[in-house]
Amino acid sequence: MGSEKKQAEMMKEISGVNPLKCMKCGKCSATCPSYNEMDIKPHQFVSYVINEDIESLVNSKSLWKCLSCFACVERCPRDVKPGKLIDAARQMVVRQKGQDYLLADEIPELLDPELPQQLLVSAFRRYRR
Amino acid sequence: MQRIGVFVCHCGSNIAGAVDVSKVAEMALMEPGVVHAEDYQYMCSEAGQAKIAAAILEKSLTGIVVCSCSPRMHEATFRKAAERAGLNPYMVEIANIREHCSWIHKDMEEATKKAVILMRAAVAKVNLNTPLQAGESRVTKRALVIGGGIAGIQTALDIADAGYEVDIVEKTPSIGGRMSQLDKTFPTLDCSACILTPKMVEAAAHDKIKIYTYSEVEKVSGFVGDFTVDIRKKARSVDMNKCTGCGVCQEKCPSKKAPSEFNRGLNTRSAIYTPFAQAIPNVPVIDREACIKFKTGKCGICSKVCQAGAIDYEQKDEIVTEKYGAIVVATGFDTIQLDKYDEYAYGQSKDVITSLELERVMNAAGPTHGHLERLSDGKAPKEIVFIQCVGSRCADDRGKPYCSKICCMYTAKHAMLIRDKYPDVNVTVFYIDVRTPGKNFDEFYRRAVEQYGVNYIKGQVGKVIPKPDGKLLVQGSDLLDNRQILKEADMVVLATAIEPNPDVRKIATMLTASIDTNNFLTEAHAKLRPVESPTAGIFLSGVCQGPKDIPETVAQAGAAAVKAIGLLAKDKLMTNPCTAQADVLLCNGCSTCENVCPYGAITYEDKEVNDHGIRETRRVAVVNNALCQGCGACTVACPSGAMDLQGFSNRQIIAEVDAICR
Amino acid sequence: MSLENKEFKPKIVAFCCNWCSYAGADLAGSSRLTYPADVKIIRVPCSCRVNPMFILRAFEKGADGVIMCGCHPGDCHYSTGNYYARRRMTLLFSMLDYIGVENGRTRVEWVSAAEGVKFSETMNSFVEKIYSLGENVRLGDLRCKS
Repeated sequence: MGSEKKQAEMMKEISGVNPLKCMKCGKCSATCPSYNEMDIKPHQFVSYVINEDIESLVNSKSLWKCLSCFACVERCPRDVKPGKLIDAARQMVVRQKGQDYLLADEIPELLDPELPQQLLVSAFRRYRR
Repeated sequence: MQRIGVFVCHCGSNIAGAVDVSKVAEMALMEPGVVHAEDYQYMCSEAGQAKIAAAILEKSLTGIVVCSCSPRMHEATFRKAAERAGLNPYMVEIANIREHCSWIHKDMEEATKKAVILMRAAVAKVNLNTPLQAGESRVTKRALVIGGGIAGIQTALDIADAGYEVDIVEKTPSIGGRMSQLDKTFPTLDCSACILTPKMVEAAAHDKIKIYTYSEVEKVSGFVGDFTVDIRKKARSVDMNKCTGCGVCQEKCPSKKAPSEFNRGLNTRSAIYTPFAQAIPNVPVIDREACIKFKTGKCGICSKVCQAGAIDYEQKDEIVTEKYGAIVVATGFDTIQLDKYDEYAYGQSKDVITSLELERVMNAAGPTHGHLERLSDGKAPKEIVFIQCVGSRCADDRGKPYCSKICCMYTAKHAMLIRDKYPDVNVTVFYIDVRTPGKNFDEFYRRAVEQYGVNYIKGQVGKVIPKPDGKLLVQGSDLLDNRQILKEADMVVLATAIEPNPDVRKIATMLTASIDTNNFLTEAHAKLRPVESPTAGIFLSGVCQGPKDIPETVAQAGAAAVKAIGLLAKDKLMTNPCTAQADVLLCNGCSTCENVCPYGAITYEDKEVNDHGIRETRRVAVVNNALCQGCGACTVACPSGAMDLQGFSNRQIIAEVDAICR
Repeated sequence: MSLENKEFKPKIVAFCCNWCSYAGADLAGSSRLTYPADVKIIRVPCSCRVNPMFILRAFEKGADGVIMCGCHPGDCHYSTGNYYARRRMTLLFSMLDYIGVENGRTRVEWVSAAEGVKFSETMNSFVEKIYSLGENVRLGDLRCKS
């Protein structure tokens, strides 16, 4: 119980997102290029955070299907930015392994031919320091 | 030294049951300045008041303290009684020993002790009271209405019908405002022009109403009851008295390329024009930016064809100065600019239009003569998509944080009208919430769904993509079915957020009326004084105060008129003497008080002061007693302690504190 | 006279705005909702009239607690007065805490004209707090003591 709450809090802290600002308009899901590949749709991300069910989010397909194109971040009228939540969930996966960042040397091992290129670019953008 | 009388009320047993009233009176005699003390059964009764009056006369009292019920109950009574006995009414203080003492403390000793302390505090205060005079200011019995839309027209008519003179100042060449641009009105679907134009005519014909069109408020000075306003009458280049409104000049004008403001730029108009056929006054103006005569010096066709000889190229702006007792702001709204919303392709495709533009398209006098057609190629659309909340309810800087309130209803109206007239056209509405609070409003929306088969989808549109074949690809989500939608449309209509007229900030500054972060004018009290500005004498009518539809606007216009009439009906205004005063010797001219004053009552003036023999001119704060409401915000803000509040001065309150802590 | 022998009766000053809180106190009275007699109310037109000097003065003169009540945010009779009051008091109270007048001795509370119950509850809890804190000795001017 407590750890789920903690995880949700951590998620909010990493992403800087206040999920309560969401007004459920669905504009994020409207143009998401990976929408059909996702099991949890972008507009549903916030509900998982509000319900403190980070486990499902972390284990979802969506986590690795998001292209980080940030169309949802750009267009969200409420400044909620679902794309940032996904990014935060990915970071939490990384942190769970005891590391805050990826080493460049480790990346080839993690490469999966299925992974979209944009994800790699976004990962580099985020973890290169 | 004051000569103070203390009067302790028993209030039957209400006070005397818990407080030893004779002890309180006895203790009062030991306080500095107290020369008389007595207790009586009912101080507020005729006999009680007579006792007070007698004591004032006999003992030449200069101040009195009544230990009784709450001042909110009987302060006015005792002030009047004192005044009748020749004492200044502001030399009366009340010690509240009923609500704040006898009613809540059961122990007699404890309650008596507290009553004595409350009495002491009141005596300490009255020792420092000074006689105050309620001022008077005159009322000019004429009102100004800024803005000639439905709100302004209704307010003006209501004030004029009560017998007061009203002037309307309208920026554009005709009154009528936004409502004149609408085709039909919800929820009854009557034609907007049919219900508006009779009101416009009535206003124009009313002998108490004077209309300044093509004019703007330039300067406002004065205060409640006595405003002086400069109105700039922009040069019309047409003599109002000679023009017959025949319209030949507009027909013959060779410059016809100026975008029509009335039709939202969807078509063009001539350089000499009236905005629309039923314009009031029916006198054209020359748009000097577009006119060939003004640009090149050659042309002059309108002057040649005008049989009345009304064209006057030499006409200049004129400033009219008028006096008003009350000012009503009715400046209305506009739709927001959509240049930050690239995703909806407004500006990229002519077939993406705002709802207000659709009103013009649907209107028989509009650019398409009322035929529903695509503005790009004139073809009849088969598939129309409406997008709600475009720029409304946005937390980012692209849109507005508030709900524009009218969009849900007018979108239902548009969808219904289209389905009624063109049953083969499919209409889809993307919505976040459908908000229909109002009489017959939800029934109206349900009619669009149930009777007219309008397809409502819960979900927002993320992107509109113009395709090479001229169609529009709409990407949206359907949240209830949990799917993403790709839809081809021939036309997309955006329910664009409304915002207060951009000029309102300038006008509010002139009026010192406060304005919120969204540029809506602030009301004096959100619930109880919704049509008054906190600035006395300024009233609010229509959307300038907040989003509202036509019925609400008309209701508020009437309410604003009533408030204005209530003011104009008075010959003189009594001003509250408990106002702030600036000590010119202490004031350092910093303007801090001016900034915290919610009423714009403080101004700065250069005044000659005599500071211990040194005569010099200093910039000091001056409080306008007619405007000051006596809140005291300035007294605390003042860093040099120059501001003080009469009736609640620093010394008086400190004396109360001292008496309580003694 | 030694302090221990004297029963502690706190002196508490309450500043109430005329439009909401004073009326709330009146309502508490007419509803017979009791609170300790240690509370003495001073009426001011608006909470923004309360100069920090008044509060300092009260402590200097031996008050053990000072509470200020105003209209709820957004309901101020003068539109914005209570916002100014709130900001001023936040600053003042933190400064007072710094010099040793504990935060429990100062309080801002919003009480509307309809909240007689809240007024009485507020005063009861505030007085209780002051009793637990005991006499205020920090700002008392020794020359004022008798």
